[in-house]
Amino acid sequence: MRRKLPIAVVVAVVAVFALGAWLNLRVAEPPESAAVGGMVINVDIGGPFELTDHTGTRMTNAALRGNYALIYFGYTFCPDICPTELGVIAAAIDELGEAGTRVTPVMISIDPARDTPDVLAEYVPLFHERLIGLTGTDAEIKDVAEQYRVFYRRFEDPNSTVYLMDHTSFVYLVDPDGAVASMFRYGTPAEDMADTIRQHMHSRARD
Amino acid sequence: MTIRFVSALLMMVFMAAPAPAHEEKSENLTISHPWTRATAPAQKTGAVFMEIATNANTTDRLVGAQSPDAEIVQIHGHSMENGVMRMRPVDGIDVPAEGKAVLEPGGFHIMLINLKAPLFEETVIPLTLEFEKAGKVEIEAVVEAAGAGGPSTGSGTMHHSGGAHGR
Repeated sequence: MRRKLPIAVVVAVVAVFALGAWLNLRVAEPPESAAVGGMVINVDIGGPFELTDHTGTRMTNAALRGNYALIYFGYTFCPDICPTELGVIAAAIDELGEAGTRVTPVMISIDPARDTPDVLAEYVPLFHERLIGLTGTDAEIKDVAEQYRVFYRRFEDPNSTVYLMDHTSFVYLVDPDGAVASMFRYGTPAEDMADTIRQHMHSRARD
Repeated sequence: MTIRFVSALLMMVFMAAPAPAHEEKSENLTISHPWTRATAPAQKTGAVFMEIATNANTTDRLVGAQSPDAEIVQIHGHSMENGVMRMRPVDGIDVPAEGKAVLEPGGFHIMLINLKAPLFEETVIPLTLEFEKAGKVEIEAVVEAAGAGGPSTGSGTMHHSGGAHGR
């Protein structure tokens, strides 16, 4: 018994490592549907919304149907991450050239207290002439954020009179049927984003 | 008027001669391409980015900043956890000995809060940086497009300060 115990331990350890390696491989293996630069969506994400755009007009997700959309959740008080991502979105659309006219850029505010339609109206044209800014009531924003699995939370800095927002920073590619086709992590280069969109457009044209 | 002032003046004369692309030098520090982004009138914040290099063999530290164009100026960093971006004030940013500190999108920046006026592209905003060892250094950040990902290569206005030795 004394001799067998270490063997059992070794077997157990090897088994655990083998299982780990196998799991790792499975995770690392890119599924066939994976698009360059985009993340594969395995969960039900996205959905209908009704919000107010930067002109003060009520708008639903139906208005985006028929075209692709790049949706970003951010806020205008955000000095770095949001302008960076909106810049990437605009650059990706430019990169697509003519095909870029079939992509609508959208920013949904997760800070509706500050981001009124008037504030958004001044903000959005700085990034792209067709960028749509959306805001709403707290409940409306909470609802759309939940559908897109967006986490956001107010952070009160004890040393400051202003608050910041913690938030997930993904860009969602929504297809002409309103389904989320890809998600892009913060830091995805505009060229990669454009490549993924082009691939979706091509595979759709083939179908 | 002290000797220090005279030597600072002399330093200005020496350093003013060749003007490389938008750089600011104190005795040991070189601050390259300070830049920020254009803002909308309703947008109350901005972020300033740059590279700070030192040729000193000791670590310096950026500990503060001021600008006449913003009510509050803080040093901020980001952390990313499970895809959630958190931006927080930090006490300072180390400039490693004979190395550099990089302030760039997604990392560290100098945050301007409650801008007194919108920042317009192709203008500059003045800032005073405060370092633990090098003291105060005056710089001017170039305002790039709102969605810019980095500084354009064009040179900005040079503005040499004699106050390289703060204390």
